[in-house]
Amino acid sequence: MADVKKKATRESYGEALTELAEQYPELVVLDADLAAATKTGIFKKAYPERFFDCGIAEANMMGVAAGLAAAGMIPFASTFAMFAAGRAYEIVRNSIGYPHLNVKIGATHAGISVGEDGATHQCNEDIALMRTIPGMTVIVPCDDVEAKAAVKAAVAHDGPVYMRFGRLAAPILNDPETYRFELGKGVTLRDGTDITIVATGLMVAEALNAAETLAAEGISARVINIHTIKPLDKALICKAAQETGCLVTVEEHSIIGGLGSAVADCVTECCPVPVHKIGVQDEFGHSGPAVDLLKEFGLSAEHIAEVVRESLKK
Amino acid sequence: MDETIKKQLQRTACRVRMGVLTGTFHAKSGHPGGSLSIADLLTYLYFVKLHVDPKHPDMPDRDRLVLSKGHCAPALYAALAERGFFPAKELESLRHIGAMLQGHPCIKTPGVDMSSGSLGQGISAACGMALAGKLHAASYRVYAILGDGEIEEGQVWEAAMFAAHYRLDNLLAVVDNNGLQIDGKISEVCSPEPIDEKFRAFGWYVITLDDAHDFDKIAAAFDEAESVTGQPVVIIQKSVKGKGVSFMENQVSWHGAAPNAEQYAQAMQELEAALAETEV
Repeated sequence: MADVKKKATRESYGEALTELAEQYPELVVLDADLAAATKTGIFKKAYPERFFDCGIAEANMMGVAAGLAAAGMIPFASTFAMFAAGRAYEIVRNSIGYPHLNVKIGATHAGISVGEDGATHQCNEDIALMRTIPGMTVIVPCDDVEAKAAVKAAVAHDGPVYMRFGRLAAPILNDPETYRFELGKGVTLRDGTDITIVATGLMVAEALNAAETLAAEGISARVINIHTIKPLDKALICKAAQETGCLVTVEEHSIIGGLGSAVADCVTECCPVPVHKIGVQDEFGHSGPAVDLLKEFGLSAEHIAEVVRESLKK
Repeated sequence: MDETIKKQLQRTACRVRMGVLTGTFHAKSGHPGGSLSIADLLTYLYFVKLHVDPKHPDMPDRDRLVLSKGHCAPALYAALAERGFFPAKELESLRHIGAMLQGHPCIKTPGVDMSSGSLGQGISAACGMALAGKLHAASYRVYAILGDGEIEEGQVWEAAMFAAHYRLDNLLAVVDNNGLQIDGKISEVCSPEPIDEKFRAFGWYVITLDDAHDFDKIAAAFDEAESVTGQPVVIIQKSVKGKGVSFMENQVSWHGAAPNAEQYAQAMQELEAALAETEV
């Protein structure tokens, strides 16, 4: 993958906001003293009068976003996933989710790939938290192209949306010329008949690499990218369960409550087949370079391939 | 204030109090104490101050009211019913299954501008509405009503900082200072006092209303509030929890308890007598 271009999806977020500003005059951006890191600074530079720094006060930021939306604006509230979904959870639930207000949450620095900052900032629980809120849409884009398309879809969607972006540069897999994003629809990136790897976010590229390795060994693995974790593309998941008989899920998130749980919930109802969940186990992360951490926590093509082999032996 | 208008407001406030009692009695639960302490405030707002239209509750240029101390919904509902947003009959099904009137305010109810009830959150939403008003160069004002116990929530002070920083002079907060919260006196539980100095330190214009049950004084406080520009305003209103019902006044036990049939009858009798006194 040496020749593949890379970009962090947080960067895509900041750029997409700026690109959409003209078309959506009601779009405003809030941040909590992290504009340089969340990349909303790009928007701030272009539209300073539509950017509001709330300071280090995420709870209030979410409430302000709710009030703005109640008065007809389309606020994008931005901070790290830990603070958006973690610290401000109850405000997101009660002030945004319950009144079903048109607030978009841009959560960056999600997952273990935050790296050196360590466990306090590595949010591996946000997908789980956000998908429990009734009416909340949860999107985890895999690359620059998908991230920008997701922001565009979020602004056009009426209702609360949680978008999860990463700190680490992610390989750009999609072609901006041909890519089409459909909220709630999974994407089959590679067909296969023996097993299905269901991945989200940064793990989509790893899943594709794993499938490539497995193909050389004669294992035909289907790869599905689930960018919208909620609402989940149940039809696509069930079809994969029926046709390949076994699923492996991969996410840069706790194995409790995230993509793996959503997929398992789904197949349990429609077509019970084994679901092997790859993700961060029931433990905290720690400091270190992102790439090394991903390997250590089993979030790599090699580990995915290994789990697939083991799954097929059973 | 014109005596006739004042008497009318007193009568309306009396009916709002009756609505609080009726609602909580039929619900067999709810928060009458803090509802009664803001009955006069809500009456003044809905019948004098607020630019609202019960026929068009979503009118874009309407004034907004966020009941940040959302547990006092019975008073809000009674005031909205009096103002004609929905029939007073709805109060009898407060908190019932299938009813429109939820235990805490829900944005779907006509006249309710924001869901609230988890303390400390309404003031932030009010800041967002006020900011939107500034961005739209709209004429509306945003009113937020907070409890004095509620301001123990840290989010209130995040919002206070934000409102002052963005000079939200279209935002008017009222702290209902009845001095009591569930576990006792606010000064003894975990004191938020001095309330006025705190808001002043956060950059707010502070008005102390020493009797929240005197319409002349309420009007004077709001008139002063409207003259302020460049900063948010808070009115700290000294009120009596349970005001208007003798056995509920200043009793913390009436924070979150409903009257039984006997107590309801006595309370209504007292309020009927007060209503008769204000006959225009």
